[in-house]
Amino acid sequence: MLRIFQFLYQIRSFLLFALLEFLAVWMIVSNNSPQGAALFNTSNKLIGDALQKQADVVQFFSLADANVELISENALLRQQLLGLQVTPDSLPLAIDSTLKANFEFKGARVIANSLRFSQNYLTLNKGAEDGIKPGMGIFNSQGVVGRVKSVSENYAVAFSMLNTGLLISAKIKSLDVFGSVQWDGGNASEVQLLYVPRHVKANKGDTIITSGFNAVFPEGILIGQLSKVEVNKKDPNYLALTIKLSTDFSKLTYVYLVENIQFQEIDSLYRQSDLTNEY
Amino acid sequence: MNIRNMISYSLLILVLGLVQILFLKNLAVFGHAFGFLYLLGVLILPSTIRTIPLMLIAFCLGFVLDIFFETIGMHTAAATLFAFLKPIWLKAASPTGGFDEAEEPSLGQIGFGRYISYAFPLLFVYSLAFFVADQLGTGRFFGILSKSFFSALFTLLLTLVVQLLFFSRKRGIS
Repeated sequence: MLRIFQFLYQIRSFLLFALLEFLAVWMIVSNNSPQGAALFNTSNKLIGDALQKQADVVQFFSLADANVELISENALLRQQLLGLQVTPDSLPLAIDSTLKANFEFKGARVIANSLRFSQNYLTLNKGAEDGIKPGMGIFNSQGVVGRVKSVSENYAVAFSMLNTGLLISAKIKSLDVFGSVQWDGGNASEVQLLYVPRHVKANKGDTIITSGFNAVFPEGILIGQLSKVEVNKKDPNYLALTIKLSTDFSKLTYVYLVENIQFQEIDSLYRQSDLTNEY
Repeated sequence: MNIRNMISYSLLILVLGLVQILFLKNLAVFGHAFGFLYLLGVLILPSTIRTIPLMLIAFCLGFVLDIFFETIGMHTAAATLFAFLKPIWLKAASPTGGFDEAEEPSLGQIGFGRYISYAFPLLFVYSLAFFVADQLGTGRFFGILSKSFFSALFTLLLTLVVQLLFFSRKRGIS
């Protein structure tokens, strides 16, 4: 018995090493499971405050760019608003439920962002107190950005589009053919469009937008343009499509969040009919 | 190790950690080579620090970085491995008779050639562990390998530059 203890004492550093490695691997696994609530991340108050300070300094220098972008977007929205304004009429118009607004929008600022790993996350400066909920879609004036993963009081952590674990339902605008967009972990300006059958005549330069099927994003938010059209070598039934992202992930500052108000209803309907919805 | 040394090592690790978090987070040369400069803090700790405290230091350091980088567990796992291998490799790579007990394995103390042969393999193992944890299942084998190699090279360059600029020749830390 003493021998055993002596032996264990001799390899104590290795035992500690094994324990620490086990802890680290456990953290990796538990953080990557989409259901498991992350224990430690940047939505922590202390870390979030520190990152916000850093972002305050860094983003000060890109304020001019942000302003220009906001002004051009404002102009575009004003133009669209002009077309939507209804002239007063004595005839009351009963609004059909199909015309009801299903989506609510919010704004936030990105205070931390990474693009160099294969699981990239964003940290936003708004949290549960501002009405941010897990599952909300994120985009900016250029295109789709990601999806909220978890929230704390004042901060939120989100999957970036550049995260190999995130799938977004998309379609080719001109053909109305849909598929799923996923990043392969390689180039940070390109993502892949999966599950598009081979008979589809996709062309280089076709616009890819969100499909609106997954109840996270409304239909029609830009993702990018097709930059490469090939036949999938692993599975010849499908095309291997590469999308050039319209969003510049290295310069994210202000983003919009979108929430589907009827998400609960749709989700429970899916559950009733035993469908698993692919987000 | 006296109190003075201990304070200066703690300050060094703190500064390197801040530099890593504030400046090196999204820096990757050609999107390929990462700089893990904070490892310098573990790398030049004197050989009097045994494996167990060294591993605990590296574990905490990696963990703090992971929280900031949103890469929970990856830096932690790689840094623990790094700290576990450091004393072993230092012993194996040291000249016959071993280093002086209190000596720290920094550039000024052990010379250019020996520093590279000591630091580079450790940095490579660290990078390899990190990228395997990052890309397992999605990355290609050679992609991981080349990323690790160039990251180790870039980190080595960074540590050399920092030591040449900020460390005095005689004593390790100025």
